[in-house]
Amino acid sequence: MARILVIAEHDGKRLNASTAKCVACASGIEGADIHVAVFAETGETLAAEAAGLAGVSKVIQVDNPANAYPLAAVLAPQVAQLAGAYTHVLGPSTTFGRDLMPRVAALLDVNQITDIMQVLGSHTFKRPIYAGNAIVTVEAAAGKQVVGTVRMASYRSVDSTGKAAIERAVVEAELPGHSRFVSLQAGKSDRPDLQTASRVVSGGRALASAENFAMIFKLADALGAAVGASRAAVDAGFVPNEMQVGQTGKIIAPELYIAVGISGAIQHLTGIKDAGTIVAINKDADAPIFEVADFGLVGDLFKLVPELEKALRT
Amino acid sequence: MDRILVGLKRVVDYNVRVRVRSDGSGVETDGVKMSINPFDEIALEEALRIRERGDAGEVVVVSIGPGDAQQQLRTGLAMGADRAILVETAAAPDPLTCARILLELVNREKPDLVILGKQAIDNDNSQTGQMLAALWGRPQATFASKLVLNGATATVTREVDSGLEILEVDLPAVVTVDLRMNEPRYVKLPDIMKAKKKPLDQIPLSGLGISMGDAPTVKAYEAPQQRQKGVMVPDVAALVAAMKDKGLL
Ligand SMILES: Cc1cc2nc3c(=O)[nH]c(=O)nc-3n(C[C@H](O)[C@H](O)[C@H](O)COP(=O)(O)OP(=O)(O)OC[C@H]3O[C@@H](n4cnc5c(N)ncnc54)[C@H](O)[C@@H]3O)c2cc1C
Ligand SMILES: Nc1ncnc2c1ncn2[C@@H]1O[C@H](COP(=O)(O)O)[C@@H](O)[C@H]1O
Repeated sequence: MARILVIAEHDGKRLNASTAKCVACASGIEGADIHVAVFAETGETLAAEAAGLAGVSKVIQVDNPANAYPLAAVLAPQVAQLAGAYTHVLGPSTTFGRDLMPRVAALLDVNQITDIMQVLGSHTFKRPIYAGNAIVTVEAAAGKQVVGTVRMASYRSVDSTGKAAIERAVVEAELPGHSRFVSLQAGKSDRPDLQTASRVVSGGRALASAENFAMIFKLADALGAAVGASRAAVDAGFVPNEMQVGQTGKIIAPELYIAVGISGAIQHLTGIKDAGTIVAINKDADAPIFEVADFGLVGDLFKLVPELEKALRT
Repeated sequence: MDRILVGLKRVVDYNVRVRVRSDGSGVETDGVKMSINPFDEIALEEALRIRERGDAGEVVVVSIGPGDAQQQLRTGLAMGADRAILVETAAAPDPLTCARILLELVNREKPDLVILGKQAIDNDNSQTGQMLAALWGRPQATFASKLVLNGATATVTREVDSGLEILEVDLPAVVTVDLRMNEPRYVKLPDIMKAKKKPLDQIPLSGLGISMGDAPTVKAYEAPQQRQKGVMVPDVAALVAAMKDKGLL
């Protein structure tokens, strides 16, 4: 039987959608008994939310002032301590999980399976390499614990019909003081979250300025969509880094993706492979983005985007 | 500080469009251009800038893998690293083994800072730095876009999903870098000549008393599902109609 520990990601108030996706991945492992660990300062509401995730049998709530902000160096020894009773430890392939889980894996003396996109057996998984240009089937070392991160774009969140028991736990692990959280500059926005939105509109270098990028925000508002960007647009300072879509940004799987003034470099396409429908607007009929777009429209974005926004609002 | 250690992995150049061999035995690497992992170039650039500001004595570059990785180490020396170490293995090892090897070098070299890439663009593992930090029992600052040294500590800006996080870590520490940290310099011809005279130590893996760990075994390679080219629409009205037809609006 597989005893699986999922490490919850949260901002102190709410669970990140990544947790429900990790549970979905865990549910694919045969005979899975799934527990979710919530490390927080006071994790009451978070634990209750986790207890509602379908398929979870138990939530372990570990309250500690040291867990007020998730630092990998502080969390890893606690996760490793809890992990003893489990065959699998899973976390999300978000920056939170990518930071934490390898540190856990090293403490457990195993390699990590990064970016699990499909479960084939208790130790056998599919994952992408070379920016998604190849998919490998890998088998984790037999007889050892499996530590893995779950590729977000490959899973749909489980629903909230669960009724797991909540258990408070005290974890005896020595916590280091060598790493300290200073601040988080989060782009405040009441728009849908890029990683979970069902619709995303992205802009590229062609927008040419932060002022012009407002056009993308307006189009997104007309659709109730989240906003993304190419790396070129981020590097040029039109929008902040957390909006980058692609190999080194966010890998997303919205139902609808609209790429405006984005050429379609391989590193960008890596981030949108799993989108339901891709729409591209570009003035160059030979832009590579059209090779993957379901609907392509050739023309000047400065004319077409306002026109599209208007058509959507009427 | 006395010393910064930088990891340089030899990987297929990022401009190469990697393909799975038709027989599924692996990816085509015959005759393709090999380079320093792009994130590692940024790691080295950062280390060099720290030394050039007078904040570090020397920069040591390390690669783990077959003898060919000497090329990338020579490029690193030409960029300005002071010396290089090649830990020779038959193939580049799994991240945990790499971390063990780096730990052994850390114990020998006593660096104040280890700067690695946030991920190697071949296997996209993104594990080695975090694992080294764990085994070493030291801080990690991953996905860094800015690094400020203040004596015994470093202030690091990290690119996280929700924005920019600032972390303060005691030194020594492991930092893994993201693309926006800096723009690596170009190597000039005279530097390539000079680099030939710089020391490059070759150590067989056995010389470190470390054996290859049990990496996950690859059972199969396959090409990803390709998206099909769709249709071109003539104007905005047709685009809206097409999206409506598909139930997207
Ligand atoms: C290791 C590595 C990782 C990377 N990771 C990422 C990543 O995560 N995400 C990412 O996006 N990139 C990434 N990149 C960069 C990537 O290679 C491209 O450079 C980048 O995606 C280009 O952005 P762009 O399409 O906006 O710009 P460009 O390639 O310059 O394309 C601009 C497009 O706009 C079109 N255009 C211009 N004017 C107009 C107009 N008026 N109307 C309509 N169309 C117009 C042009 O025809 C062109 O196709 C990475 C690169 C490396 C080396
Ligand atoms: N074989 C290697 N030789 C030198 N450095 C390496 C090697 N493998 C990984 N690294 C370093 O660790 C980083 C992360 O690699 P990975 O964990 O494989 O994604 C790389 O960017 C390198 O800086």
